[in-house]
Amino acid sequence: MTYPAHPPAIDVDSLHVRRGRRDVLPDLSCAVSAGRVTGLLGPSGSGKTTLMRAIVGVQRCHGGTVTVLGRPAGSAENRRTVAYMTQSVSVYRDLTVLQNVSYFAALAGTSGDPAGRAVDQVGLRAQQRQLAGTLSGGQLSRVSLACALVGDPELLVLDEPTVGQDPVLREELWADFRARAAAGTTVLVSSHVMDEATRCDDLLLLREGKLIAHDPPATLLERTGAADFDAAFLHLIRAAGEEQ
Amino acid sequence: MSPRLTLATTGRVLRQLSHDPRALALVLVAPMVVISLLHYLFNERQPLVSRIELIMLVIFPIIMMFLLTATAMVRERTSGTLERLMTTPIGKGDILFAYALAFGSLATVQVCLLTGYARWVLGMEVSASIWYVLLTAIVGAQLGVAFGLLASAVSTSEFQAVQLFPALIIPQLMLCGLFGPRDQMNDVLHAISSALPITYAVEALIELFAHPEPSAHYWVSLGVTVGCVLALLMIASATLRRRTP
Repeated sequence: MTYPAHPPAIDVDSLHVRRGRRDVLPDLSCAVSAGRVTGLLGPSGSGKTTLMRAIVGVQRCHGGTVTVLGRPAGSAENRRTVAYMTQSVSVYRDLTVLQNVSYFAALAGTSGDPAGRAVDQVGLRAQQRQLAGTLSGGQLSRVSLACALVGDPELLVLDEPTVGQDPVLREELWADFRARAAAGTTVLVSSHVMDEATRCDDLLLLREGKLIAHDPPATLLERTGAADFDAAFLHLIRAAGEEQ
Repeated sequence: MSPRLTLATTGRVLRQLSHDPRALALVLVAPMVVISLLHYLFNERQPLVSRIELIMLVIFPIIMMFLLTATAMVRERTSGTLERLMTTPIGKGDILFAYALAFGSLATVQVCLLTGYARWVLGMEVSASIWYVLLTAIVGAQLGVAFGLLASAVSTSEFQAVQLFPALIIPQLMLCGLFGPRDQMNDVLHAISSALPITYAVEALIELFAHPEPSAHYWVSLGVTVGCVLALLMIASATLRRRTP
């Protein structure tokens, strides 16, 4: 396992999470560098969402530590500087787009017109006075994203933010994530679409709650000798399966 | 606790309500229709009909606020928005007090309309000043909000939350003194009745019915009601968890 040269924004040490009778994360250690876009990839059920919930401090953990921005995950200070977009759309469907984003702006304590800006960023200006419940699935998920972006957090934890978005919009969203990282924000994005891996600076690959790779995309291709990420991940997943 | 975050959340809940004008109309108009039915059902017989109308001034808001608060809070829990709130600076107390404030304001509007209607349209006769009636009904309505928040904590769907209405509220309505004076109940029922919060809100109103000036018993009953609201809110707050399995 190669640890990045950049200082870690997230440091997960021997994390153990049980949900029901299943050890979702039996013993996970990993680090996420500050100011970079890190992709959290893996098949569904591999523990991506559980890890993200632990990082934002809403997951009950059974062992190990999660240190985020130098403080324990979920600490009061972190709740001001970390924003989380859940996988299922968590916005108020009986509020308008702008009312949703303004509410989360108020919670983050931002001033000025950050809500309008966040709505623009996700391309919903024309729909901003529409009730969220009347939007399409892809638009609704963008409202949810805007609610996470609005506070200009130091760490963005986004659970599958680009699912269901058209290619043009996906391109724009990734450009926005990259711009934020360039400005110093740490971005952790989960995805099960492997072709999004190329857009990340670092990749964490999870399988059955275990970290099976942690590399920049180019290194990963080189190391596995695969032509694309789908093939690289298949290679790694099979290799991990054989080890067991 | 942060007043700024509490008020931001109160505003958010009220804005959600404002997008449902049909529900608002029902909350404000339906009680007036039912209280009119009661008025003529009892053939306008005084003082019986005034006593019933007076008690209904607190029963209606309790019923409505219970149902509204319970379903709204269950929705917050099941839609994922509560989990999201838990990752922001807002505190558990802020969330609950925001709900109590938002639905409390709605209850206040409802109580004012209903009290005015009962007093000046139906000619309800009460010994004490109408301001004490308003105060008591508004405080009593908070019991509905608090029980609603509690019901949402043990429900995994809006359906279940509504099912808790007959379990949590109806027994209290039966024993609160609406269907007959409490001192005519047998010992067991009287003891149960004394342990139920809604009894005290109704007891306070009945005191106003008989005495031109609020009696000591009135203030004790109102104080117990306030205590019950705070205790229920604290229990409800303990059921909000930042970390969930």
